[in-house]
Amino acid sequence: MGSTSSMLTQYDIEEVQDHCDHAFSQQEIVSLYHRFCQLDRNGGGFVSADEFMTVPEFAVNPLCQRLLRMLDGLNFKEFVAFLSAFSPRASLQQKIEFIFRVYDTDCNGKVAFDDILSILRDLTGSFMTEQQRQKVLIHVLEEAGYTKDSHFTLPDFMKILDNSDMKMEVEVPID
Amino acid sequence: MASSSVAGDIELDRPNLEDYLPSDSLPQESPRNLHLRDLLDISPVLTEAAGAIVDDSFTRCFKSNSPEPWNWNIYLFPLWCLGVVIRYGILFPLRGLTLLVGWLAFFAAFFPVHFLFKGQKLRSKIERKLVEMMCSVFVASWTGVIKYHGPRPSTRPHQVFVANHTSMIDFIILEQMTAFAVIMQKHPGWVGFIQKTILESVGCIWFNRNDLKDREVVAKKLRDHVQHPDSNPLLIFPEGTCVNNQYTVMFKKGAFELGCAVCPIAIKYNKIFVDAFWNSKKQSFTMHLVRLMTSWAVVCDVWYLEPQYLRDGETAIEFAERVRDMIAARAGLKKVPWDGYLKHNRPSPKHTEEKQRIFADSVLRRLEES
Repeated sequence: MGSTSSMLTQYDIEEVQDHCDHAFSQQEIVSLYHRFCQLDRNGGGFVSADEFMTVPEFAVNPLCQRLLRMLDGLNFKEFVAFLSAFSPRASLQQKIEFIFRVYDTDCNGKVAFDDILSILRDLTGSFMTEQQRQKVLIHVLEEAGYTKDSHFTLPDFMKILDNSDMKMEVEVPID
Repeated sequence: MASSSVAGDIELDRPNLEDYLPSDSLPQESPRNLHLRDLLDISPVLTEAAGAIVDDSFTRCFKSNSPEPWNWNIYLFPLWCLGVVIRYGILFPLRGLTLLVGWLAFFAAFFPVHFLFKGQKLRSKIERKLVEMMCSVFVASWTGVIKYHGPRPSTRPHQVFVANHTSMIDFIILEQMTAFAVIMQKHPGWVGFIQKTILESVGCIWFNRNDLKDREVVAKKLRDHVQHPDSNPLLIFPEGTCVNNQYTVMFKKGAFELGCAVCPIAIKYNKIFVDAFWNSKKQSFTMHLVRLMTSWAVVCDVWYLEPQYLRDGETAIEFAERVRDMIAARAGLKKVPWDGYLKHNRPSPKHTEEKQRIFADSVLRRLEES
């Protein structure tokens, strides 16, 4: 009883640590592995979108559909790599890179007006009209010296988000 | 709050979830105007999502606790082996035999009484005693060491008992003291057979939790049952699902709007020999019983708490929360803001919409100011 879930050897843990740039300690990796096995209900070695959606706190998140596209079918190594941006040990640059990846849905290294608008749509739902969203977005873009046709690259994101006091950290519970 | 306008019983069943949900993602009230940076920075929402992936209170409610690993050493090992031999080789067959004899005696008495006796009153009295007897046999079959605290429930109308729910054995443990009429989910297999044939005679009511029509019928049956002077006391597990006895999920409000006294019962299992949580998704009830029957004992405390009445100006949901507080405090359970039915269904979009509304409001307000 209970012995099946802790089959990670030191080598496995180190391999996973290398894969996520040592964002998590060995104990944290073990905890994450328990959690991963818990989420992976049918024991297939990967967590499907449906399995992620069984967590109600995740399912009510306005961005959950978007995140699911990044999360669906991750194996344990990829799962840890995904979460590594939320480690207190990850640099601000890594965190901003992660945010950029959420915006950049077609993965072409550029974020256009429509990408930002579509995130804003997820975040505000039916509580803002499409015109209001566009108006807001154009307003803040122009105020920051950009236009509707600007394309943002990762360095742009770095510049914009760099001095913000972002706190994007998740604590891994260790029992 | 927007919740008052929502139609439908399921929605109204819940207290305001927003009061409990983590509010990290709500934009901080700041005097600044809206800048591009504020719109692009979606880190609070992402952090919340990642936090839920790493750990969440809902999953914790239904986590079976694996037994604490103890120190293996050469002196204890023979003792442990001896324990296994005794538990599986001696105790288990003995308990199986007890159960078998119990069942035979029960059926031998029950069916003649059920079909031959004409006197309504006497018949139900005997049946009640028989069901109580059978439940004691069950408790004996896992050497139930159960301490009952507080006054025993009496049979009288206008009262309903509510208890926290860990396993179907809750019902057996309570039933051996008092013949409750219980409201329960319909089960398949032999449990369903017993539900239909025997337990109906003590006035138990069965329903399917996913069937809305069933729920309406049950609500009506409940009201009738409570008013009837001869009926057995009513027992409801308002969580609607088994929780692992360390947490408590939201109470359904049905039991709290019958307009009668609500008597809370707190049940706390001691996990020293076996975890009494029935994880119905992973284990059949039969296997659950076998697990209990091969352990040394099931140790448990039951508290009958002070009856509660609806206060002036209190809604059924507030009342339910107050009773949940009492049970949680007595049994040492942590409260979580989740509806236990989420084990079977997705959360309603209402909760997502509430987050969206708050975000949209703050964007619009800050835009006006700039």
